[in-house]
Amino acid sequence: MEEPMIGSIPTMQEIPFFAHQKLRVLRNRGIIDPGKIEEYIARDGYLGLAKALTEMTPAEIIKEVTASGLRGRGGAGFPTGLKWQFCSQSKGDVKYVLCNADEGDPGAFMDRSVLEADPHAVLEGMVIAARAIGAHYGYIYCRAEYPLAIHQLNIAIAQARECGLLGKDILGTGFDFDLEIYQGAGAFVCGEETALMTSIEGKRGMPRPRPPFPAVAGLWGKPSVLNNVETFASVAQIVLKGAAWYASVGTEKSKGTKVFALTGDVNNVGLVEVPMGTTLRTIVYEIGGGIPGGKKFKAAQLGGPSGGCIPAEHLDASVDYEKVAELGAIMGSGGLIVMNEDKCIVDIARFFIDFCQDESCGKCTPCREGTKRMLQILTGITEGKGREGDIELLQEMAVIIKNSSLCGLGQTAPNPILSTIRYFRDEYEAHIREGRCPAGVCTALKRYTVDAEKCTGCGVCAKVCPTKAAKGEKKQPHEIDQATCIKCGVCMEKCKFEAIFVN
Amino acid sequence: MEEKIRITIDGREVTANPEQTILEAARENGIFIPTLCQYADTTNVGACRVCVVEVEKARTLVASCCMPVSAGMVVRTDTKAVRDAQRMIVELLWASGDHNCLVCEKNGNCELQDLVYWLGIEKPRFPIESPGYEIEKTNSMIVRDLNKCVLCGRCVRACNEIQVNEVLDFSLRGSRAKVGPAFDSDYIASECYFCGECVDACPVGAITFAQARFGGRPWELEKVRTTCTYCGVGCQLDLNINKGKIVKVTGNRDYGPPNQGSLCIKGRFAMDFVQHPDRLQRPLIRKNGELTEATWEEAYDLIARNLSAIKEEHGPDSIAGFASARCTNEENYLFQKFMRAVIGTNNVDHCARL
Ligand SMILES: Cc1cc2nc3c(=O)[nH]c(=O)nc-3n(C[C@H](O)[C@H](O)[C@H](O)COP(=O)(O)O)c2cc1C
Ligand code: FES
Repeated sequence: MEEPMIGSIPTMQEIPFFAHQKLRVLRNRGIIDPGKIEEYIARDGYLGLAKALTEMTPAEIIKEVTASGLRGRGGAGFPTGLKWQFCSQSKGDVKYVLCNADEGDPGAFMDRSVLEADPHAVLEGMVIAARAIGAHYGYIYCRAEYPLAIHQLNIAIAQARECGLLGKDILGTGFDFDLEIYQGAGAFVCGEETALMTSIEGKRGMPRPRPPFPAVAGLWGKPSVLNNVETFASVAQIVLKGAAWYASVGTEKSKGTKVFALTGDVNNVGLVEVPMGTTLRTIVYEIGGGIPGGKKFKAAQLGGPSGGCIPAEHLDASVDYEKVAELGAIMGSGGLIVMNEDKCIVDIARFFIDFCQDESCGKCTPCREGTKRMLQILTGITEGKGREGDIELLQEMAVIIKNSSLCGLGQTAPNPILSTIRYFRDEYEAHIREGRCPAGVCTALKRYTVDAEKCTGCGVCAKVCPTKAAKGEKKQPHEIDQATCIKCGVCMEKCKFEAIFVN
Repeated sequence: MEEKIRITIDGREVTANPEQTILEAARENGIFIPTLCQYADTTNVGACRVCVVEVEKARTLVASCCMPVSAGMVVRTDTKAVRDAQRMIVELLWASGDHNCLVCEKNGNCELQDLVYWLGIEKPRFPIESPGYEIEKTNSMIVRDLNKCVLCGRCVRACNEIQVNEVLDFSLRGSRAKVGPAFDSDYIASECYFCGECVDACPVGAITFAQARFGGRPWELEKVRTTCTYCGVGCQLDLNINKGKIVKVTGNRDYGPPNQGSLCIKGRFAMDFVQHPDRLQRPLIRKNGELTEATWEEAYDLIARNLSAIKEEHGPDSIAGFASARCTNEENYLFQKFMRAVIGTNNVDHCARL
């Protein structure tokens, strides 16, 4: 690599990590001091709110948001404008605007980042939503594990109130809206909308059946709108700059940008914001800078624990709601975990179903018991106890669990299993039929073997082996007894002739 | 009255009330949909998912117990997808605990057993794994064996919504989730009032009557309707009798008011006095300072003679009557009538006023 010369330091736009990004939700991050409302205002903050409150009717706000094509960034991608419209049509003088800042997906931190770096953007979006549906009170359901986000939000709320941007008679328009933070105790399922509302009501966070939908009977049975942090953070700009501006990037059905938490086996990890429809390849190789150590890309897990694995053959797929779903993953809240060839796909599926089983609320049978049994079967496979028929049973269970669970958790929990079987069935089969983990990850399936050509019969392996599985005559090639080998690997480590390998 | 709407269930066009769930509409029309967590007069929570059906244009199967009907809805209760799901769910429940009917008090009256039988499941495809909880026998009234619990939540709703005692709820998550009083304590150490509503609500053998253990199988028990003798409310109950002996007391929701099947600790658990050996079963008359057994005729005769004599000599107001809260309203009514009309005095009262 050429040393960059003094005076030719590249601009941000010349660095691929930045060049392919388009910052809308993250536009203020690292640029303003989130503790100073003036800095937010200096970057056109609260102009959208002012426009919404002084120049637009609620119906016009909803029309604009609908026209922008904005879809919920919390998971399901439901059209935000439509959601607001449903709620605005619900009768009742008490309605709520709720912000989902539970961010339960492991490894995801886009919502935290927005709350910490640009809290006013979320508040502004919430007030606009409140105006659109006729609500006067709101909650931000933020997980308690985000103390800095809560701290910044508290400062922002206090400043907004002081400036007349929150509370009674906002901007002198006669419109009232106030809100408070409700701290969640870190249950993944509390990110599910009905569980979140049940939790705010002070009960155990468990989902309830829909209908009634929150737009009709949400928090305390009142019509409510729940949106994700990133969704709210997009609203003010839509109102200010117009639907057409927002829809100018993205695909036909997925407009705007999406923030991804890029992580795993990739050189540049972190939050990236790209136009909808950017290819996976661009995200992984251009922005992410490729896979470290010259390893091969195996798959990307998209959509958090209940998402799916997208394999190398689909690297050129456009990342948008439709395409991602077609490939067996979900957009989710934007978790994107890159995996290289050293990862065992069965182990990955096992990891995610383990998470879902742990986080299942325990209410409905398919999710509670079904995920447990799928975990058991997968664990068996990784331990060499897989049986013929396991794959088919997993598939049958996956379909039924998706089809019959009460909430989105159970309805999506089988995704990692289905997508990994879909793309990597041969790896499952290698585990089950050949007792072999192609990636060499599953300990129980490792076979330490002596290469007779290279072995000099020095006897070091036999000496260090704690179970006396490695043995042989002096000066003769040694052998490892698989029945007593505990796969500790010490023989391989100590062999000076690299005569021991794993397969 | 709201307009009726038309829906189609299994190819049959039926009318339904827009407030109804699919399950209610189906039942009203004699179409069977199995259920487990659904429990009348409590919230439909959609927990067990046994009642799933196919609804045209729906993305997934639908829990019929909590899905309202809508005009033109097309429902199928018997497709392969429905049965496959029901079978899987029941297998999962079966394998999740110690559902050994040999020693289960609910054998023959168990909703999980009924489901297994109805679906014709020979054996679950999953290894049977009981959680291994200790059986709670810390009191003389209710036995809890959470190894048999299917987490339908009926006890929780019975406790919170019917009796409003707010003792039971869920704790923990995932497959470790369990039901019980706060802080995982046992019933006796909790705020439990021992109304026994949870016992009646439990569809399986997880919550059972301690006194009834080995007292008789469901098909050996004769149910005799009676009125509770503990207070004037007049709660209707079923004495469960085996060979002339009361084994347990159950509520019966079909009897309706005043108690709609609910009972309190006394009506539920304190009926054993009926067969107590010390219980007075014949009248006793003191003769020469000794209480001696007499016939009812002798006793009534003596009472009538003595009361008439006192009334004659001292006037009716020299007599006072005192009734018991353990008699029914009707008996108390008769008693005051007797005092007023026969004796001729208003001196009548009742222990509940003390
Ligand atoms: C198990 C589960 C967990 C969820 N967790 C979150 C979360 O952490 N944050 C979030 O915004 N949405 C989460 N959702 C999605 C919400 O239910 C809801 O759809 C979303 O907050 C609506 O906002 P949106 O329309 O702006 O996306 C979760 C859904 C499920 C089923
Ligand atoms: S009976 Fe409908 S979900 Fe349990």
